[in-house]
Amino acid sequence: MQPFLYERAADAKEASSSLARSAIEETNPIAGGTTLLDLMKLNVMRPEKLIDINHALPAQIVRVGGGVRLGAMVRMAEAASNEIIAREYPVVHQALMLAASAQIRNMASLGGNVLQRTRCGYFRDQTVPHCNKRTPGAGCAALDGVNRMHAVLGTSDQCIATYPGDFAQALMALDAKVEIEGQQGKRTIAFADLHVLPERDPAVETTLTRGDLITGFILPAATWTRRSLYLKIRDRDSYAYALASAAIVLDMDGIRVREARIAVGGVATVPWRARQAEDYLKGKVLDESNAKKAGEVAFVGAKAQQHNAYKPKLGAATIARALLQAKALEIEL
Amino acid sequence: MTIAAPEPKENMGRPEPRIDGRLKVTGAAKYASDADVSKPLYAVLLTSAVAKGRITAIDRTAADKIPGVVAIYTNENMPPVGEFAFFGAGGEAGSKAPALAGADIYFDGQIIGLVVAVSYEVAREASFATKISYSKVAPSPLMESEGVETADASDVSPRHKAISKGDLSRALTMSNVKVEATYETAAQVHNSIELFSTTCHWSGERLTVYEPSQFVTGMKFGLARQLAIKPEQIHVVCPFVGGAFGSKGSLTHRTSLVARASKLLGRPVKLQATREQGFTIATHRAETRHTIRLGATAAGKLLGYGHEAWEQTSRLDDYVVDGTGASTAMYSAEAIQTKVHVVRTDRNTPGFMRAPAEVPYFFALESAMDELAVALKMDPIELRRINDTMVNPANGAPYTSRSLMQCYDEAAKAFGWSNRSAAPGSMRDGDWLIGWGCATAAYPTQMAPATARVTLTANNAARVQSAVHDVGTGAYTILAQLVSERLAIPIERVAVELGDSSLPAGPVAGGSVTTASVGAAVAKACDAIRAKLYPNGRLENDMAAAFQALGAGSIEEYAEYEPEGLPKGSAAALQAGKLAIIGGALPDRTMFSFGAEFVEVRINARTREIRVSRCVGAFASGRIVNPRTARSQLMGGMIWGLSSALHEGMEIDVNTGKYVNDNLAEYLVPVNADIGSVEVILVPEIDTKVNPLGIKGLGELGNVGTDAAVANAVFHATGKRIRKLPIRLETLLDA
Repeated sequence: MQPFLYERAADAKEASSSLARSAIEETNPIAGGTTLLDLMKLNVMRPEKLIDINHALPAQIVRVGGGVRLGAMVRMAEAASNEIIAREYPVVHQALMLAASAQIRNMASLGGNVLQRTRCGYFRDQTVPHCNKRTPGAGCAALDGVNRMHAVLGTSDQCIATYPGDFAQALMALDAKVEIEGQQGKRTIAFADLHVLPERDPAVETTLTRGDLITGFILPAATWTRRSLYLKIRDRDSYAYALASAAIVLDMDGIRVREARIAVGGVATVPWRARQAEDYLKGKVLDESNAKKAGEVAFVGAKAQQHNAYKPKLGAATIARALLQAKALEIEL
Repeated sequence: MTIAAPEPKENMGRPEPRIDGRLKVTGAAKYASDADVSKPLYAVLLTSAVAKGRITAIDRTAADKIPGVVAIYTNENMPPVGEFAFFGAGGEAGSKAPALAGADIYFDGQIIGLVVAVSYEVAREASFATKISYSKVAPSPLMESEGVETADASDVSPRHKAISKGDLSRALTMSNVKVEATYETAAQVHNSIELFSTTCHWSGERLTVYEPSQFVTGMKFGLARQLAIKPEQIHVVCPFVGGAFGSKGSLTHRTSLVARASKLLGRPVKLQATREQGFTIATHRAETRHTIRLGATAAGKLLGYGHEAWEQTSRLDDYVVDGTGASTAMYSAEAIQTKVHVVRTDRNTPGFMRAPAEVPYFFALESAMDELAVALKMDPIELRRINDTMVNPANGAPYTSRSLMQCYDEAAKAFGWSNRSAAPGSMRDGDWLIGWGCATAAYPTQMAPATARVTLTANNAARVQSAVHDVGTGAYTILAQLVSERLAIPIERVAVELGDSSLPAGPVAGGSVTTASVGAAVAKACDAIRAKLYPNGRLENDMAAAFQALGAGSIEEYAEYEPEGLPKGSAAALQAGKLAIIGGALPDRTMFSFGAEFVEVRINARTREIRVSRCVGAFASGRIVNPRTARSQLMGGMIWGLSSALHEGMEIDVNTGKYVNDNLAEYLVPVNADIGSVEVILVPEIDTKVNPLGIKGLGELGNVGTDAAVANAVFHATGKRIRKLPIRLETLLDA
């Protein structure tokens, strides 16, 4: 890998300033490093300067109001084993437990996790010239290449790379918020507004701008978050990316759905909320037929390629299975 | 006895723990890349970014400017000096086309240069900074790509004759029940945890090479040819190997490059290839396609068996794996016809990978046998029983021993097969469909010449030396055990030295030959020691007294083993680097180890992911020297079989011929969570004809047949027959 400068930031403000004011164009923050170092070794990311933010940003899990604030530097493993999270936000607990490997979960920060880069093999191989994410305008080798793992929702003719994470789906389904420290100070946005579709420029993956750092996530205060789960379907039982996954948060009114929150993973270019499926379920009895229908509705408009034509069907089945499992949960409120 | 150390049954030795286990788990075992050389330079390979075409320019301006870069070798400044012969044609090299011979590119990831620097990091950065330009030609990477060439295997490899007996088309016409189907297996890569590494160190004109190898004797002679130096100048050191599986039996082109760079620079040079380079600089298991035709009477008696196969190879070398010699020996068909083709693609040359021929060919045969049983409405075990045979049906040569049905009966009982409800989809556990399947495992018993030296000293200690390898199989322990048994001294008192070309020549750690072949040489040396020490022929209790009577402090004996059927002088040929292996389906006798494997799959009724909850395998393999290491090998084999059935496959880009999943996150192998219970049953078997020690070899046996057992179980669970590996959930979403 190429030599780089290394600086350790003392707090969020300093980290943000260092990033924003760096004279070196390719300056990156580094937290757990599980994506960045991997891609640096592959010569895909070539930062010339790294700002270490491990000691600069919050690393605590704290109550705020009735909800919870997760510091950006909380490690995945720590959040996964937190009792409040496990009890009140099962969907977050499960999404984290089913992600990556124990070793990676020990290193990876929550803030870094939501920014994990895609596992598209063409993006990760610097000898492939055709990748709009690496080189805007260069084309997309995945469109007529090996695309079994690629996205069917939120794609464009520029990019079909799948958003790889799990935790983000849980945040989507919970209507979580993200706290950001930037050059204009602190701001809080909906997590759903963090990622952007690869419509024109797949190299741009989020709404963050230079100097912006994720400092934390806010999980809402509510009792309905307890009827939630994360179902991940994959080729092997651990350390594998989702072929399809569903984060479900159900607010039931007896046998009827007051509100269903559904996010899907492994099938979309960004963390994806299945709002049409949610609308479909509103007020309905959650039975086998409606669960299946909701799954299908979520994939209306899906665009499949040669090797991932199975994904709409698998994704729909995953949502249906997850909905019925969530309904069957015995919850202590 | 624990599960890991099964109680020995008839004709089995003690379940001794591994004598090298502590060294390995404490990190004290020194692997090749741990070699302590003074002030080494570090090398990184340059590999081609295109699959076909020519290098038009090499721009090293930016790379040369990086501080610490010592040298960049390409075809422009370090063309090959020696001879390179393909291992499939009796040579030593993974391919006959040496690296840096010219500007031509034959496959993606081909070695095109070597960067040497003061550190690994600098060398790697310089490898990225070296800009190579190519004139590209669209490659034909897949067997179905336009532009591939197909050749008859018997034309390119005289060893692989088509087998023909009786009139197949007539036999099929006469059959009451027929199966004709096409099966496909995926390209797989060994992915040993220990990456490919080479460390070279010259002392004057003498070269020491530290490299993980399955064949240090072959490497010494092969590398000498490649470097145009004398074999006596080369010393290969490799006491431990961190996984090989066939990938470290032949020489990759990296070795000669590192040796030459080290010589030119006058410094030791260390190279560590990356995981992704491991996909292209060495061999892999070729993808294959098979058309099987089976015909049987209504009672299940096989009348005809036809097997036509296609195997991927490269443009450069015709590697033929051909499993029809083994597959046609299995069942007593009246008429047999086989044909094998190689398909030359723009990819790297394939090669040996654990049970190279048997894994793909038995997936096809054992799936087809299951399909035939379904068509006959017959239990699949009974179909095998009806067609069991004590002679090779292809040529009438008798088996030295064959315990296939004993394996089926023991495994079926342990598995609970009698509780199986035969109708597909008829067994269920809530949301999970349950499927049970079984298949035959078989592997040819093969022998190679071997030499060994054993030294016994009066203080009740022994040393055994042979240039063979423990590739994780347990060879250290097995050889210590043989000496311990033969000379009646405690196993703790036996030192074993392996993996060094200065030791007596040994064969490749391949073909499951080591225990039987090296064991035979070791036993011979031990017997010679006994004859000297105990002239009355009896093992005395007082060894010290026997030594005193002899007037010696130690006895050293060297012995050679030459397998029956090989031309005389095969051990001397091995000492000169020429290896011959004999066994399996021979003209006058038939020698195979057998097994029966049973698996239970669970398939989610909604989302269709496939999990294997348990598997049982029963195996018979002549004398079992060590039930613990035997179980470990067979269990590992079955787990790899599950991997092959459900996970493994190189994803090949149709446009560029690149392996898209060239890492361990995307090239899937099972994790612990994927493996439920794995039960290994060792079936006692005595074979006095197969070789001096009656050992049939089982290192590769376990992962034969598992693919088919899984596919057969998937059919039982869903009613859907999957004929292509790996079996993935998307093929079952409509089932």
